[in-house]
Amino acid sequence: MSAVFKLETFRNDFSFRNSPAAIRRFPLPFAQDEYMYSVNIEPHVPGARDSVLEFAFDVDEHYVAECRERELVLAEDPRRFQALPHMMSAQWDCLELLMDSLARDYPQYFSLTKTGNRWRWINRPLELDQSFIFGDARSLPRAPLDYITRQAQGDFVLMDQREGDLWIEAGMVTTQADWSLDFDLGMTFKEWHGPVPLAHELNVFDRALKYLLNLRIGQPVRRLNWTMTVHPRLDTSPENYPQWGPDRAAVTAENAGDLVHLRVELQGLWRLPRSNAVVFGIRCYLISVRELASIPKWARRVHRVLKNLHPALVDYKGLTRYRDAVVEWLAPYDDGAPTSPGAAPE
Amino acid sequence: MNSAQTLNVVVTAIEQVTPLIKHFTLAAVGGDPLPAFSGGSHIIVVMHTPARAHRNPYSLLGSPRCLDRYEIAVRRMEESRGGSHYLHDHIRVGSRLEIAHPVNLFGLDKIARKHLLIAGGVGITPILAQLEELQDGSTPFELHYAVRSPQHAAFAQRLRERAGASLRMYYDSENQKLDIDALLSGQPLGTHVYACGPAGLIDAVVATARNLGWPGSHIHWERFAAPPVGDAFEAYLARSQRSVRIPSDRSLLESIEAAGVEVPYLCRGGVCGYCRTRVLELDGELVHNDHFLSDAEKASAASIMPCVSRARCERLVLDL
Repeated sequence: MSAVFKLETFRNDFSFRNSPAAIRRFPLPFAQDEYMYSVNIEPHVPGARDSVLEFAFDVDEHYVAECRERELVLAEDPRRFQALPHMMSAQWDCLELLMDSLARDYPQYFSLTKTGNRWRWINRPLELDQSFIFGDARSLPRAPLDYITRQAQGDFVLMDQREGDLWIEAGMVTTQADWSLDFDLGMTFKEWHGPVPLAHELNVFDRALKYLLNLRIGQPVRRLNWTMTVHPRLDTSPENYPQWGPDRAAVTAENAGDLVHLRVELQGLWRLPRSNAVVFGIRCYLISVRELASIPKWARRVHRVLKNLHPALVDYKGLTRYRDAVVEWLAPYDDGAPTSPGAAPE
Repeated sequence: MNSAQTLNVVVTAIEQVTPLIKHFTLAAVGGDPLPAFSGGSHIIVVMHTPARAHRNPYSLLGSPRCLDRYEIAVRRMEESRGGSHYLHDHIRVGSRLEIAHPVNLFGLDKIARKHLLIAGGVGITPILAQLEELQDGSTPFELHYAVRSPQHAAFAQRLRERAGASLRMYYDSENQKLDIDALLSGQPLGTHVYACGPAGLIDAVVATARNLGWPGSHIHWERFAAPPVGDAFEAYLARSQRSVRIPSDRSLLESIEAAGVEVPYLCRGGVCGYCRTRVLELDGELVHNDHFLSDAEKASAASIMPCVSRARCERLVLDL
């Protein structure tokens, strides 16, 4: 989308809002009126013009505000970026993937010139102009992954591949749905996903791991995941639980439309060529229930999904205290009419 | 996952490096940089001959830092079904080939304390690319390279430059024996061993390491099986509802592809497990030639790797 970058906040006064155009392109994860886990992985190929899938990495109207929010989180807690020493080549791989993609897809905002290993990166929205030597960490002000992900929306985790498994061993995680890089660093793929209910019994992670171990260079894949968050708060981390956990008690059937936000993760996975690592990008999109309800089909759809959600998922996603309030708030918008298949607005 | 996207490349140099091995240098048609890769990766080379298509895996042996070219080495196989002979006899400088993006099933372990690289013959190729990644000197390594005689020692000069004092060569012709037991017995904890070469060498390294108590996670090998020849047989593809005849000199995978049915694959050499296919009915026995399925899985005959394995039967029904 052609974005005018908005000045808005994800904390304190929570001035974050979606424009009407941003609402219409929101990646609703519900293609039907009910929801259950599946291995919903598909090739990450370019999607429709102006959609969040048009490019490898979506840059939208919230870009500058999200980068500023990341700086605030890191200033308070530098351990949101971590990388084990053997992940340096994967860090460079990830930097290259992001710079190549952004410069190719958004030439009005970013440019990258390569003269052998001498690279120059220009980020116009953030007013950065950096010359450096690709592969020489001393030529950048920060570690390569730290440097580039401060200029990207969404979290990034780098997984090393060895022993027939994927190990999360580097990452930048500041916009997470209640999980901690600091706690999970060094875990295998299944250890990392240990807390997820039901999915283990469905063998979701066995199949997903096998699929990802064979991920090919140049053939990334994606999936959507979702939860809900009170206030448009990007940083819902275990580390900061005391700051956001109590918010859930404030939700009522009267204020749910404005307080509660659907939180959708567009997750992308790329094989990194030089390191043979895998980068897992987790891009968070927020939309208030009131904004969602401005699309009649989505109001009906989300009402039905939440009403019939499996109890274990209600608990795991942290919705227990306020799911009923949201359902009640949405009920007047659901006249029982059938919804058209797929997630598109109409 | 869909099957491999391919790249069009042109052969820019061919060198006969031993009596049996030719070294091919490839560049992208149009001269763009080729995709980056990691040491130990292979590509699939697709050859459309008048009779049939061959898709053979070859390790990339050049530097992962030089993306203006890919380098492969092809040993002329005595029992070739045609792929290596085609490359040796028909491909010239300027010939065009189709290749799939690199895939790495034999990468260096990034947390190893030391790498022990053991190669025999043309098995040196993936290790040449791995050596490039070891040039920064951060992890110690040894390279042991066994060949028939000095004239069969492909890339000896390049190896000496990259490995220096860490290289040890063994010539059969001079009765120089690689004592695998002694070699593996003297390694510090945290060493990873990598073997590539003839089946006998790989089997000996793996068996010795296991006997000495090395953890399985520290033992790596790569052995691309060429699809062996065998009796002709017939398979029925249940979902596609068609019968496929598998001649003695074609693999099951090739025959299924020739019938227009797509099977996902990565290595085509019995290593990665990606083309594993469910067997629905069988009235004879499977001839498993892969290195992926466990012995128990092979015995159960519940699945087959069509890239290298065959059947001796009247009727084989596959879930394809």
